[in-house]
Amino acid sequence: MILITCPHCGPRQESEFTYGGDGANARPAAPEDVDDAAWIDYLHLRDNHKGPHDELWQHVQGCRRWLQVRRDVVTHQVISCHVLSADIADLADSADMVEGER
Amino acid sequence: MSKYSLTSLIRHGLTGHRGWKPAWRHPEPKAEYDAVIVGGGGHGLATAYYLAKNHGTTNIAVLEKGWLGGGNTGRNTTIVRSNYLLDGNAKFYEHGMKLWEGLSQDLNYNVMFSQRGVLNLAHSKGQLETFRRRGNAMRLNGIDAEILNRDDVAKFVPAMDTSPNTRFPIEGGLLQPRGGSARHDAVAWGYARSADQRGVDIIQNCEVTGIRRDQNGVLGVETSRGYIATKKIGLAVAGHSSQLAAMADVRLPIESHVLQAMVSEPVKPVLDTVVTFGAAHLYVSQSDKGELVMGGDIDGYNSFAQRGSLAVIEHVTTCLVALFPQFSRLRILRTWGGIMDMTTDGSPIIGTTPVPGLFLNGGWCYGGFKATPASGWVFAHTLATGQPHALNAELSLDRFHTGRVLDEKGAGPYPWLH
Repeated sequence: MILITCPHCGPRQESEFTYGGDGANARPAAPEDVDDAAWIDYLHLRDNHKGPHDELWQHVQGCRRWLQVRRDVVTHQVISCHVLSADIADLADSADMVEGER
Repeated sequence: MSKYSLTSLIRHGLTGHRGWKPAWRHPEPKAEYDAVIVGGGGHGLATAYYLAKNHGTTNIAVLEKGWLGGGNTGRNTTIVRSNYLLDGNAKFYEHGMKLWEGLSQDLNYNVMFSQRGVLNLAHSKGQLETFRRRGNAMRLNGIDAEILNRDDVAKFVPAMDTSPNTRFPIEGGLLQPRGGSARHDAVAWGYARSADQRGVDIIQNCEVTGIRRDQNGVLGVETSRGYIATKKIGLAVAGHSSQLAAMADVRLPIESHVLQAMVSEPVKPVLDTVVTFGAAHLYVSQSDKGELVMGGDIDGYNSFAQRGSLAVIEHVTTCLVALFPQFSRLRILRTWGGIMDMTTDGSPIIGTTPVPGLFLNGGWCYGGFKATPASGWVFAHTLATGQPHALNAELSLDRFHTGRVLDEKGAGPYPWLH
């Protein structure tokens, strides 16, 4: 069982969360402006890293927030967990919350 | 190499079974081969066998980083079926089914293929209607399919609770009578022995660490046992396809996920078919040793660990007990996990890649074992001719770029949902 420390709710088991896929796979900001190849890259192709992996999880049975999780996919160890935000300053804040929870 | 037969069994029996020879050689890698297949599981070994048998190409090597069949070939739940809806999948898997039906004789190796039927359970009229659609599509493709009502199901699987009082009452089912199960290790060993007899070098404990190439195509592979030159490389390493393809700078529409399986303690014969419970996700059959072999969904997150979480084991066993209340007294003997190549449309990839001389066989999601013979057959053709066989033309890597994806479930480009 993976233990994810939600910045909002604290350490919770994985069954409270749903998986949202590769968090490093950014949707083109203006899909109508990119060519087919770039769109297919986004839609289908993955780096599929073996090691630390950035991914999205939603705490559906908790605060319902979307979280940006960095997890080692070989050991299943969660390295970091932030509330998903477009604003990098918010990321720093939520990192403090993780520390506070510990 | 001697042929296995009743007379050879009696002859060796008379001499105390001390005369059996190893089933394949352990050669040192040569400096160069006509083709190198990476991955000594069922698919890689079957590819080598059919390259030698159908195409007369014998100067080939199968490179395996561990031992033969030590990956997903030895970790699956051994189910064989061809009950697919879409033409691109149905014809391919049905070709495999026909190969399965003669495989033990062809390989002179008992793969214990048992056509005990594969039954998909339906729990509502709507689900049964979609099964009827799939069954009709299968029949149009020449594949056997039968729709069962609840009474038929009760007769076919007497051990199962088909009463109206269960949590998910059974409405009926889709049965493929020719489906069944086989002995997974024997498939790898049988193909290995027959490929070896035809001169294929099977090299174990040989990990590929790099792919050397120039602008014209591949030149060879770097391995833990030295450099091996070749103009053709076939990757059959499902679970790690992304890592091997990345050695040639190819990105794939694949995520690696862990799928768990488990067996109960062995009991006397009680279940003589394969039952799948798709509504909640369980598939179960009974092995010849008596263990109930079962599995369910992937854990649902990227993973390269060959183990998963207890939540999935609980889910699978809960489903089992819902269908077969008497199994609640059984204990789980062991559980394990294997790493799946999950593609973004849920169908496999067999064919060419953007790099000349580099060929890919992967993206098997949950379904690789049953495809082993067909996969080897068409991948051998692809390697030998440089072009896909008619049966794997639709399983190409470029279908993701052309939009001709094969999404059986209609789940969309979310690998963990297939």
